[in-house]
Amino acid sequence: MQKNFTQLENFGHSLSAPSYLIKPTTTDEISEAFSIAKKLELTITARGAGRSYNDAALVGGGIVLDMCGMNAITEWDPSIGLITAQPGTTLEQVWQKVVADGWWPPVVSGTMTTTLGGCLAANIHGKNNYKMGPIGEHVVEFTALLPTGAEITCSPQRNGDLFYAMISGLGMLGIFTSVTMQMKRIHSGLLSVDAFPVRNLHEHLTSLLDGAPNYNYIVGWLDGTARGKSLGRGQIHATRYLNEGEDPNPQETMKVSNQVLPPRIFGVFPKSLLHYFMSPFMNNLGAWGINTAKYIASLRKHTFRQSHAAFHFLLDYVPNWEYSYGRGGLIQYQSFLPKETAEDAWQEMLQLSHRNGLPTYLGVTKRHRPDKFLLTHAVDGFSLAMDFKVIDKRRAELGVMLQEFDKIVIQAGGRFYFAKNSETTAETAQKFYGEETIAKFKKLKKRCDPKGLLESDLYRRIFE
Amino acid sequence: MSTPSKSVQSTPLNPRRRGIIIGASDGIGAALAHKLAKEGYTLALIARRNDKLNTICAEINSAEREARVFPYAHDVANYQEVPGLLRKIIAELGGLDLLIFMAGVNFPPGLTTYNFEGDRKMVEVNLIGAMAWLSPVAEMFQHAKAGQIVGISSVAGDRGRIGNPGYNTSKAGLTTYLEALRNRLTRHGVNVLTVKPGFVNTEMVKAAQGSTPFIISPEQAADDIYKAIRKRKQVIYTAPIWRWIMLIIQHVPSVIFRRMSF
Repeated sequence: MQKNFTQLENFGHSLSAPSYLIKPTTTDEISEAFSIAKKLELTITARGAGRSYNDAALVGGGIVLDMCGMNAITEWDPSIGLITAQPGTTLEQVWQKVVADGWWPPVVSGTMTTTLGGCLAANIHGKNNYKMGPIGEHVVEFTALLPTGAEITCSPQRNGDLFYAMISGLGMLGIFTSVTMQMKRIHSGLLSVDAFPVRNLHEHLTSLLDGAPNYNYIVGWLDGTARGKSLGRGQIHATRYLNEGEDPNPQETMKVSNQVLPPRIFGVFPKSLLHYFMSPFMNNLGAWGINTAKYIASLRKHTFRQSHAAFHFLLDYVPNWEYSYGRGGLIQYQSFLPKETAEDAWQEMLQLSHRNGLPTYLGVTKRHRPDKFLLTHAVDGFSLAMDFKVIDKRRAELGVMLQEFDKIVIQAGGRFYFAKNSETTAETAQKFYGEETIAKFKKLKKRCDPKGLLESDLYRRIFE
Repeated sequence: MSTPSKSVQSTPLNPRRRGIIIGASDGIGAALAHKLAKEGYTLALIARRNDKLNTICAEINSAEREARVFPYAHDVANYQEVPGLLRKIIAELGGLDLLIFMAGVNFPPGLTTYNFEGDRKMVEVNLIGAMAWLSPVAEMFQHAKAGQIVGISSVAGDRGRIGNPGYNTSKAGLTTYLEALRNRLTRHGVNVLTVKPGFVNTEMVKAAQGSTPFIISPEQAADDIYKAIRKRKQVIYTAPIWRWIMLIIQHVPSVIFRRMSF
């Protein structure tokens, strides 16, 4: 086991924890890993692509199951858009499989490197959350191996309680072994994007709220460095699918080769080097410069067509962009607030960040609606994701500020999303999940995992 | 054993380094435990004597107002216990960044008498005990490509002298073992620090005969070691003057050294 000892990091490189890494390729090998864990009295957690900004896929001193070896697409029916794949399959593999047949994953994350298992465990959402819900709503059926050794099949009708708990369950009830999902029909490889500026937080949220019903996707960029009357200014990208006939040549635009992100800028400069050139700007002054320039550029209201991949996978546009944040890495703080309280709460939070001299270098807003999953993070309202650079000297200060943020969000009836937040305490988690939900989850945990074999650092942090 | 509640989770804004100190119940070990806990480490403290260990843990945890240190009773000569205990500690701490081996015994046989049992015990604890702990940790750190190992050897390992052949041998062996680990592990990003204390005001020194020049307090030694850990040094003497003293002593020709009563 000593040979398997591996230092693993989170996405953002702000955390690392050593674990014994096991890479199963079959369900039997997952079973075997459970036996090893039991024998050595270690806890175990599954890890997909490791794209959580927090400790969801880490278990320091325990066993990490690297699921990337189980990444086969086992069935694809282009006539009805139903795909079945192993849990280590990435969204990249999925869209590349289905796009040429005129389908697209109904819900995707901001990076395509995430795995289906990870997406289900976090119950990810996309820029269409207000319309399509989280990814779990498009899962037709999944199978999972429980620590008890039982392999179960779940769908909304069959083992419904586990279906709604394991999706969103942060990997703490069992390990997904196969996922069947419904894809969404598309009539072009392109999307029509309307881009327009918003001058302040009120206009920002109103635009999201009013714009959402008219579009398939809506997302806002928020200038975290703007103050005073301009606080919360930014740009909205409101996007719709092209209808049949709007794209004269859909076969061409839906080709994988026309979707892939170019590896070079202007055809010459390799993007893999770009993060080195970004790091000098990753400080308060540089971020102000970039955000301001971006806002000025966004003042031109315009409409353009963009490929699905280019629109959705912004985080893949600059490879290893997270390294530009330097040695301490970055953390992301995302809060979900009801539409009634969001404006006041975020105004307070943004002002607090300015007073502390700790502005977010990147802010992203989305529109959401509630869902039926047990550990849901969604509300009828909005989310704001903020990236913060972790600087050695200012860790404590930033920590105090984020605890203040937590109080504001809880007060305003908000929620958090555990693919993102890394500082939330058990006390805060209890407040927004509610005791009843936690009791229900723990009861299911007792049933699926009586010996408590499944445990991530995230679970230790927020549930123990 | 009174076990405090679980350790605080490491987060990006409240990072916790995690360490093990073997031989932490008194002397430099205890002082270093206080120092590292104060600097934010979460620690597993290992010693044979349960009562002393619990007292130190209670002291530190109440001073830091948080469960920072956890006691584990273990006799380093009990080699087969090591792999399981190591795994358990790493799981409970949530990882491992630093291992400090400073368990040591000293049984001076007298200038003209011999004591095999004492010699054997010194080698079993000071050298083989160290190998039992350092070799699995070295393997883990090598694969993780991270970590730091600290071995407390002694100026006594720099030369074989008339007073205590067994102790000299155990510490010379440890110094060489640490050097070999360093040469293996540096290329994997792991630092190995050899600490060679001179006289430190501990029970071990009180038991030894003769004069004790340049004696320092355990706290002073702990400060020196902590600084060396932070700077990822390779070999340090504490007090630092011993580097120069030992440089001279190492170069005294045997023809003279044989005749010295030193």
